[in-house]
Amino acid sequence: MNIKSQKDFFSGLVFVVVGSAYALGANNYKIGEAARMGPGYFPLLLGILLALLGIVVIFKSMVVETMDGDKVGSIAWKPLFFIIAANLSFGVLLGGLPSIKFPSFGLIVAIYALVPIAALAGDEFKLKEVLILATILAATSYFAFIYALKLQFPVWPSFLIG
Amino acid sequence: MELLNNLSLGFGVAFTPINLMYAFVGCLLGTLIGVLPGIGPLATIAMLLPATYALPPVSALIMLAGIYYGAQYGGSTTAILVNLPGEASSVVTVIDGYQMARKGRAGPALAAAGLGSFFAGCVGTLVLAGFAVPLTEVAFKFGPAEYFALMILGLIGAVVLASGSLLKAFGMILLGLLMGLVGTDVNSGVARFSFDIPELTDGLGFIAVGMGIFGYGEIISNLGKHASERQVFAAKVEGLMPTAQDFKRIVPSILRGTLLGSMLGILPGGGAAMASFGAYTIEKKTKLQPGEVPFGKGNIRGVAAPESANNAASQTSFIPLLTLGIPPNAVMALMVGAMTIHNIQPGPQVMTSNPELFWGLIASMWIGNAMLIILNLPLIGIWIKLLTVPYRWLFPAIVLFCAIGVYSTNNNTFDIWMVGFFGVVGYTFIKLGIEPAPLLLGFILGPMMEENLRRALLLSRGDWSVFVTRGLSASLLAFAALLLIIVLLPSVKRKRAEAFVED
Repeated sequence: MNIKSQKDFFSGLVFVVVGSAYALGANNYKIGEAARMGPGYFPLLLGILLALLGIVVIFKSMVVETMDGDKVGSIAWKPLFFIIAANLSFGVLLGGLPSIKFPSFGLIVAIYALVPIAALAGDEFKLKEVLILATILAATSYFAFIYALKLQFPVWPSFLIG
Repeated sequence: MELLNNLSLGFGVAFTPINLMYAFVGCLLGTLIGVLPGIGPLATIAMLLPATYALPPVSALIMLAGIYYGAQYGGSTTAILVNLPGEASSVVTVIDGYQMARKGRAGPALAAAGLGSFFAGCVGTLVLAGFAVPLTEVAFKFGPAEYFALMILGLIGAVVLASGSLLKAFGMILLGLLMGLVGTDVNSGVARFSFDIPELTDGLGFIAVGMGIFGYGEIISNLGKHASERQVFAAKVEGLMPTAQDFKRIVPSILRGTLLGSMLGILPGGGAAMASFGAYTIEKKTKLQPGEVPFGKGNIRGVAAPESANNAASQTSFIPLLTLGIPPNAVMALMVGAMTIHNIQPGPQVMTSNPELFWGLIASMWIGNAMLIILNLPLIGIWIKLLTVPYRWLFPAIVLFCAIGVYSTNNNTFDIWMVGFFGVVGYTFIKLGIEPAPLLLGFILGPMMEENLRRALLLSRGDWSVFVTRGLSASLLAFAALLLIIVLLPSVKRKRAEAFVED
């Protein structure tokens, strides 16, 4: 059997996998009965429903004709990588990683890391422009979040302010 | 007149300098993100939620509401001037709006959209004020079975009105409900699906989920498109005033749009996008007057009706939230979050326990609409300039504000990892052609549904027929079934497919 709609096929697969995972996981908790539901009852019910629905979606994707095979298309690896990388490095620099004794570098350094890394996800990268943007965003963030809203953020590297 | 007393209390709250300022900030931001394609009210409200911790609850809600209905105004500007829907709810405005702009009639189109929105917003606010009290009384008659049935109706509504495949929308609801169950079970104290991660025992943060899926997912997908698909060509605007002839034509269509929008807004699962589409369809069905431009070629009614409808709907969709505590769409689901942050349990008791908040919010919407018409018509030049800001400056800023926003919810980097994770999840959904909005609704409703299902069945000693033997609950479920049958009718199914072909 051929896959007639790639998008639907994979959507169905996601539903089946997640649904079964929840249903199986729910067995670790007390299921109970309708009148006295345990913590596993509702997740088990929903998990089974989702997995069944996924099977229907997969079945449909193999039977119902589509015009162009409904391809998932190419994955934008570059933006995917850089956006997530920018996000993660922001987190690491802002809060540090206590488990490996990586110190916190604070908000300002984290912004100067996030903006260029995120900018690499775009079509063109002009270093000067990106640095100006980072500076503007750092200043705005400092003013808006630290000065005006008084959020409790590490602002500067922890080893500098001791 | 109790209503007048209530409204005067509301205006008393809304007219304080601080609340006026937040209403203005909300409207300004709403217009801003409405004008900018690629960032919607959902992502913006998710981004700003943490920042509202520090504000008094009334001001916070006034600002967030302003963003939502402000975005409906701003979205039309982009639709008319650059042939791109700034918001999902402006998809149909593009059709006739841009054609008018190409004929040099961008001004009247903008004016029709603005005036229509203003009128509809005022009516929507009045409907909200008028319906709130009687509906709240009904709400007190609701038991757990009714609440469960109502949530089923809401979720079915969301499935029916979502774009794309019905089955996949169902899947997203179920997925959302399941995700909502992560964390400590209130009845037994068991931490479910938390993999021994302490942060997960509190459940998944909906800010992290919302921002990841709607913020990051959208950005990655936008950057993956070819540059030419993101190109923006702005039309020129000369003279805002519609002619007398225009006025004669738009008045009835504004009235029709407002009526339809107000009704669809109250419906669970309804919202601005559906209202604007419905209004456009109705206008197309009416006879053209002699000498009138056909639809699709720049008919001013094709701008006025959908823009009125989406604005009316964005006001009335607050009704289920404020009276029943049930969010009818994903944006309202975020408003539930905003209320919970401030220890306000959404539902019928809000009106009695927090009357200043309730009526203050309603009054602020009227003020907000007045601000928006000023922001959007005389100051249109500023927004046109904004359309020329390149995307390569915008998206790093959005990424940054998402990361800062989510960190500030708990001052814990764990939330930043979660945003990253859900960014990948969100992009996956886009690639698989699934609309993620129903997921967020399910996510918010998950714990509420489980709680009410448990209570209903505990009271009925495990008898499932309780949902159909109680009159209110049975009629809600029957309505849900009816909705489902209607969309499954072959003729409606085909129309629906045509309607959403734009996405």
